Amino acid sequence: MELLQATSSPHIRAPETTTGVMRDVLIALLPTTAVGLYNFGLNAGLLVILCVASSVLFEYVYQKMMKQTVSVNDLSAAVTGLILALNLPSNAPLWIAPIGSFFAIIIVKQLFGGLGQNFMNPAMGARVFLVVSYPTIMTRFVDPITDAISQATPLAIIKTAEVGGAELFNQLPSLKDSFLGFIPGTIGETSTIALLIGLIYLLVRKIITWHIPVIYIGGVFGLTFLLNGFDVSMSLYSVIAGGVFLGGIFMLTDYATSPMNRTGQIIYAFGAALITVLIRVFGGYNEGVMFSVLLMNMLTPMIEHYTAPRVFGTEKRRAN
Amino acid sequence: MGLFTFRGGAQVPHSKERTEKKPIVNCPPPEAVFLSMRQHIGAPAKVVVQPGEEVLKGQVIGQAGGFVSAHIHSSVSGTVKKIHNMKVMGVDTTVVEISNDGNETWHESVKKIGDVADLTKEEIRKGLAESGIVGMGGAGFPLHVKLSPPPEKVIDTFIINGAECEPYLTTDHRLMLEGTEGILLGARFVMKALGVDSCYIAVEDNKPDAIDALKNAVKGDNAFQVVSVRTKYPQGAEKQLINAITKREVPSGGLPMDVGCVVSNIATVYAVGEYFEKGIPLIERVCTVTGSGVNEPVNLRIKNGTKLSHLISTAGGLSEDAVKVILGGPMMGNAVDSLDIASTKTTGGLLVLNEEDARIPEPTACMRCGRCSDVCPVFLQPAYISFYTLQGNLARAEKYHPLDCIECGSCSFICPAKRPLVHSIRVAKRQILENRKKS
Repeated sequence: MELLQATSSPHIRAPETTTGVMRDVLIALLPTTAVGLYNFGLNAGLLVILCVASSVLFEYVYQKMMKQTVSVNDLSAAVTGLILALNLPSNAPLWIAPIGSFFAIIIVKQLFGGLGQNFMNPAMGARVFLVVSYPTIMTRFVDPITDAISQATPLAIIKTAEVGGAELFNQLPSLKDSFLGFIPGTIGETSTIALLIGLIYLLVRKIITWHIPVIYIGGVFGLTFLLNGFDVSMSLYSVIAGGVFLGGIFMLTDYATSPMNRTGQIIYAFGAALITVLIRVFGGYNEGVMFSVLLMNMLTPMIEHYTAPRVFGTEKRRAN
Repeated sequence: MGLFTFRGGAQVPHSKERTEKKPIVNCPPPEAVFLSMRQHIGAPAKVVVQPGEEVLKGQVIGQAGGFVSAHIHSSVSGTVKKIHNMKVMGVDTTVVEISNDGNETWHESVKKIGDVADLTKEEIRKGLAESGIVGMGGAGFPLHVKLSPPPEKVIDTFIINGAECEPYLTTDHRLMLEGTEGILLGARFVMKALGVDSCYIAVEDNKPDAIDALKNAVKGDNAFQVVSVRTKYPQGAEKQLINAITKREVPSGGLPMDVGCVVSNIATVYAVGEYFEKGIPLIERVCTVTGSGVNEPVNLRIKNGTKLSHLISTAGGLSEDAVKVILGGPMMGNAVDSLDIASTKTTGGLLVLNEEDARIPEPTACMRCGRCSDVCPVFLQPAYISFYTLQGNLARAEKYHPLDCIECGSCSFICPAKRPLVHSIRVAKRQILENRKKS
């Protein structure tokens, strides 16, 4: 019989696919996207649509031009586009969307070899690029309750108050509003509860394990408590009022730029927490999530090198 | 007591429902058998019969070609028709073709060898060397060699492997139900040869009926401990099973005896009982013929040397959309391109997949999800070995210890990007070993 196929084992494969993984990430992002649209309205919606569409389009055009297999169906560009949008202020001009997408997809992802090869998270890379290039646009946020535009996110208020205006603490939104998401911030970072729902979905679907998000978020809380005056409520604000949940659940966990082994993931997540808190406590900047993510992304190969798993039947870890 | 298990591994579909409830039936005798001289690890056996010679069932037709080797016995009575020198799955092999006279006349050597109480350790080992019995779980390591460890290796643990973690296959499962006493009988001989006074029988917990049958049979007998092991692939891999039960790790590059263990498959132990009780050497075994590509999946007792085409026609023939035939199970079995080859002592399964089940999706880019590292039962990082091997950077690939790979296939199975991970690790292993030979 010539029809018989002689391929090498195994002859069966698990049903899960790359597209399925990316689809699950998109689903996990839906709650926070929904809160963002509810909070910030039309302009936020247009930014989301433009970021996703332009990310997919840039990937498609690049792969066509390079005569590569077009892989936009794996939804990874859509995930990058959506995460980028969630990192933009809701009142940003629409033209910023394709600029950010271009940087994320072309510069960070494709020029380094495409899916899995980039050394930093594309959406985070693009956010830093935009913050540096358009600082005013990227640091002015809408207050979803008053519709006022200001730079005074809860973390900015805390930072200013610490420098010398304790009365400013009165302007802080309540912990409840911060938890639900009715505070100034980027489109997708404000609602802790919505991001938590996304995290639970990712864990249930086994897309990620708990290690990176729990250690990062817990680390930021704990280190803030230790380094910033043993104040529980300030430590709570530090995790729920900024980008910690969005970054810790959806960006720090990016497969391409985080260690593959458990020990490495623990070190990586804790390192990111440490950098975030050091920037906030000792630096002049009230955020810090994005720089901590990018810095740890760059340390990933080194962390993996030193945390290579011990091979079965051998005594010690052997660095590769 | 918690379930015994190991770290890593994957949940694979069992796909055993086609045959797990079907009793073993005798395969109709073929008109001729084709007995390969390479049915075991080690030196091939040497043909000791001539074309035209009459042979009887159970007669030695191939003499062990060294210490690590095993006799080949005729599985039929009849006439040696031809001695073929051919390639079987890419390896030069001598195959003795014997036409079956249908009389099933036993050779005079086939008679009860003795009871376990009457035989010494040495007599059992010598007997096994005559029996042609090899590890029937797949590797085909001659049993008498396995039971003769060097004196400095003290064996304290004997494990009978009834995990049967390969999907689709149900031969060990059926044997545990239908040949329970025979397994215990054979086990006593092995225990005596090893000088141990107890053994474990390890069964995956997806076979509760087999566990019950064994537990009932050993009731009140302290020599046997039936343990359920977690249903997880590759639970039946030797080193993983030892680790699950004893927490010991066979050292990298070492053998089970390095940690005081010997593991034998259910079918092997059963064959030992048959040999000492009735004098029947290893000339038949149970084989599951199954999958979406055969019409009537079945558990068959087959004569060694039966053509695959005969097995498939016994199982109702190929379905119209059958495209892939695999010797063994879907995780570690070898796909064959012809049905014109014959079964051996290690043919425990013949799996035929239809087009839909055989479809392997095209590989896409690795997204570094790390699932391959999570499932690897020897804690390798398959993605890196594969990545550097495909780049042609063998020196770098070698730093990730590809030689420790047991080729269970869990990494390729789990990969969402459908990358051929274990395949590229095999390539790396082969090239590394070749390079070492050269230098």
